[in-house]
Amino acid sequence: MTRDLTRLTLAAARDGLLAKRFSARELAAAHIAAVEQARALNAYLVETPDLALKAAEDSDARLARGDARPLEGLPLGVKDLYCTNGVRTTAASRILEGFVPNYESTVTAQLWRDGALMLGKLNLDEFAMGSSNETSAFGPVVSPWRRRKNGAFDDARIVPGGSSGGSAAAVAAHLCLGATATDTGGSIRQPAAFTGTVGIKPTYGRCSRWGVVAFASSLDQAGPITRDVRDAAIMLRSMAGHDPKDTTSVDLPVPDYEKSVGASVRGKKIGIPKEYRVDGMAAEIDALWTQGIEWLRAAGAEIVDISLPNTRHALPAYYIVAPAEASSNLARYDGVRYGLRKPGKDIVGMYENTRAAGFGAEVRRRVMIGAYVLSAGYYDAYYVRAQRIRTLIKRDFDIAFHAGVDAILTPATPSPAFAIGEKGAADPVEMYLNDVFTVTVNMAGLPGLVVPGGMSSDGLPLGLQLIGRPFEEETLFALGAAVEQAAPKIELPDAWWAS
Amino acid sequence: MSAHVKPSKLIKGATGDWEVVVGMEIHAQVTSKSKLFSGASTEFGGEPNAHVSLVDAAMPGMLPVINAECVRQAVRTGLGLKAQINLRSVFDRKNYFYPDLPQGYQISQYKNPIVGEGEVLVDVTPTEQIKVGIERLHLEQDAGKSLHDQSPDQSFVDLNRSGVALMEIVSKPDIRSAEEARAYVTKLRAILRYLGTCDGNMEQGSLRADVNVSVRRPGEPFGTRCEIKNVNSIRFIGQAVEAEARRQIGILEDGGTIEQQTRLFDPARGETRAMRSKEEAHDYRYFPDPDLLPLEFDQAFVDALAADLPELPDAKKARFMAVYGLPAYDAGVLVADRETADYYEACVLAGGARRDAKAVANWVTGDLAAAANAAGASVAQVLTPAQVASLVDLIGDGTISGKIAKDVLALMLDEERDADPRDIVERRGLKQVTDTGAIEAAIDAIVAANPDKVEQAKAKPTMLGWFVGQVMKSTGGKANPQAVNALLKDKLGL
Repeated sequence: MTRDLTRLTLAAARDGLLAKRFSARELAAAHIAAVEQARALNAYLVETPDLALKAAEDSDARLARGDARPLEGLPLGVKDLYCTNGVRTTAASRILEGFVPNYESTVTAQLWRDGALMLGKLNLDEFAMGSSNETSAFGPVVSPWRRRKNGAFDDARIVPGGSSGGSAAAVAAHLCLGATATDTGGSIRQPAAFTGTVGIKPTYGRCSRWGVVAFASSLDQAGPITRDVRDAAIMLRSMAGHDPKDTTSVDLPVPDYEKSVGASVRGKKIGIPKEYRVDGMAAEIDALWTQGIEWLRAAGAEIVDISLPNTRHALPAYYIVAPAEASSNLARYDGVRYGLRKPGKDIVGMYENTRAAGFGAEVRRRVMIGAYVLSAGYYDAYYVRAQRIRTLIKRDFDIAFHAGVDAILTPATPSPAFAIGEKGAADPVEMYLNDVFTVTVNMAGLPGLVVPGGMSSDGLPLGLQLIGRPFEEETLFALGAAVEQAAPKIELPDAWWAS
Repeated sequence: MSAHVKPSKLIKGATGDWEVVVGMEIHAQVTSKSKLFSGASTEFGGEPNAHVSLVDAAMPGMLPVINAECVRQAVRTGLGLKAQINLRSVFDRKNYFYPDLPQGYQISQYKNPIVGEGEVLVDVTPTEQIKVGIERLHLEQDAGKSLHDQSPDQSFVDLNRSGVALMEIVSKPDIRSAEEARAYVTKLRAILRYLGTCDGNMEQGSLRADVNVSVRRPGEPFGTRCEIKNVNSIRFIGQAVEAEARRQIGILEDGGTIEQQTRLFDPARGETRAMRSKEEAHDYRYFPDPDLLPLEFDQAFVDALAADLPELPDAKKARFMAVYGLPAYDAGVLVADRETADYYEACVLAGGARRDAKAVANWVTGDLAAAANAAGASVAQVLTPAQVASLVDLIGDGTISGKIAKDVLALMLDEERDADPRDIVERRGLKQVTDTGAIEAAIDAIVAANPDKVEQAKAKPTMLGWFVGQVMKSTGGKANPQAVNALLKDKLGL
């Protein structure tokens, strides 16, 4: 093969299609082939090659008559939390086994409106609850990355992070040009960091939640995972926008984010929060952070120390708010109207059998935690206090932004990716700690962008996180592009997974 | 509030008097085309599950969007209850599992309702008015319906009602008898109907009452209450209060204590029975619905709705008394129903004239109401205001007597439907005879034929009635009664 079309970025593929260097059909076919060969990664739960080829033909017709839309003919993967009309949607849960929606989520509908096409549905942690993609009812996703020891790869299967593990792995392994993902406590940014990809969780309300299976409504946001910052900017422009069907979505114009990529960051004030220097943080993470600071300084940004004193309360508060909302959001999976039903001796027996069989251990744990923290006598001690902490976390950020900080730079994760089965088996909190740098952003409703910054000593990607002011994603794209420009290129291992 | 206990309200027990204390939660279905959080129709009836949107069925990823019309209706109702309107309110989730509750939670308002305290003036009798405090009004979703009679081993679910907007109107415990309870619901329903915010149709379930009942010795603190769920007629509300009060008094007089319970009223047996006790009560795990922002509007929004409010029963009653000189009783009866009140007023003012308002009131609340009742229709469906006006005018100008008018009414209800009473009188020769010559001739004939009766009448003047009857008979009832009376007295020398 003289050229591998899956090696292109989304922007390059777009430009190549417009220049008629290849057809949408060829582009789709190359990706379909890659997807088929990568089943060992378990990134796709559903493959939709026929739909993709059909859409590609339509795109070629449009391209031929010079009527291309912004994402014309670009093949994407869709996290299986987005409801897709006529295509099975499971949230990686047995309880939605066989569920085929007759409606399309607003965000994916906007992508198709702009000409993109779908290769299939991507694996995730069950109901997006997890940080390693190990809670999926359909098996874990395997990262295309491998640890390197003394110059050789070891065999340990590495997690891609979660919950958008399928999205991150598929993008990293070139199984799509970009993927939709969702982020409730770090589910876009942590997998992006673990797989050397770019992910942005936009401001809460920037994208519609309509048609996305709900985990924690006040925290959930849609966003893209892509291979570079420009691609993320291109995808987000199509995904974002006001939706009258989601009253928490915000009616603000959607900027042309791509224009921010490459814009000067001179004079931007970057806050460095001392509270993110947590105990037990790997030295290489600390070093990466220092490196990131230097790159931005070199690009003309001004670095200032800031304090976000309530950071340490964020993780416990998050693990009250998110399960509380989840326990209620998941009550609709009761076996009455759709999805799994396990008969019982009466209606309560049917509920119990259905939910016991349909939900995995992590989902059951969070539903129980959520029901507990909302119950009479505990509500004030847990839920109300957690909401109060949430207000304090927001205020910490407000103070920093009010003092003129344009964005905040932090590490994305406290460690590089780990091997499947290595974490959280004995103590779920060990897994929850993965989100320590990302949950604050959801609690405050802010935009957060993760870009690759370098490699760990054992050859795994590491990410840096930029946190922005509400609805100032443009600043993040400009800063993210500057970091991307300065950071060393990281090289993915050869396609060891290809069959 | 309990300073003045009316002895007439007390219930006699074996060991002395008891006072019943009642508070009510009324669930009133909001009149709106679509549901509280979805675009699906609220139409009653229809095939099961014909009016169900993706939101109502709680499909994955669906989100509620508040229906502005339901908000306006709740605010208008609050204004009609002279209540505090809260410019900021919050929707909460009430979590519980039930097959006809697709989301696994009901969206309701718990801590911050849209409407706060208000009051309703209730006419218990024509002479007794009480004031019932309103604690709050909040918006919430109705549930669907479980059908247990469609299959021997399965239950079916109809979600047509799922998500329909309800206003829960909570009263203070200001009600002291079954009669007051009935009068309160009657008045509240009248206000809702005037406002057009709820059709008040209890048979279709548009208005349901949860009735909280406790008893106490007069002057003592409130007793333990029991809640009687879902009572669906005003008559049953009265019966339920009565039955539950008797049950509680029986227990207390036997030395027992009242257990806080949720109960059901069985109209067939005229008694309440336990549904669940406090220990079995659900923990609803209320928390603010994160899918919905707090509901906020400004005072100008409220003011605009207030400016557009119709005249409500109390104001209309006062105006009918002041403008038409009606007694309180007549005015009260007329305004109890907006349609009747409007009809009455149309009759009084028909044709641009203004006629005897009290006479019109007598017709509307008397013969017409009876005729409508018999026909199972409203007064407006029986006669047009023009017909009533014409009838009253015919009496007023002496063309016919009140008795003939009743005959004319009977004709209009039957073979002379839609006819103008003036035509009927004309065509059928029902005009009152006021020609004294004709009456005199009739009297002379009767006097001549009955000399014995004339003698008797001289001794016993009440015999006059017999002569009046004879004259009316011979004139076919058309003789003007006043003229007959006067001429008879003259002829008989009484």
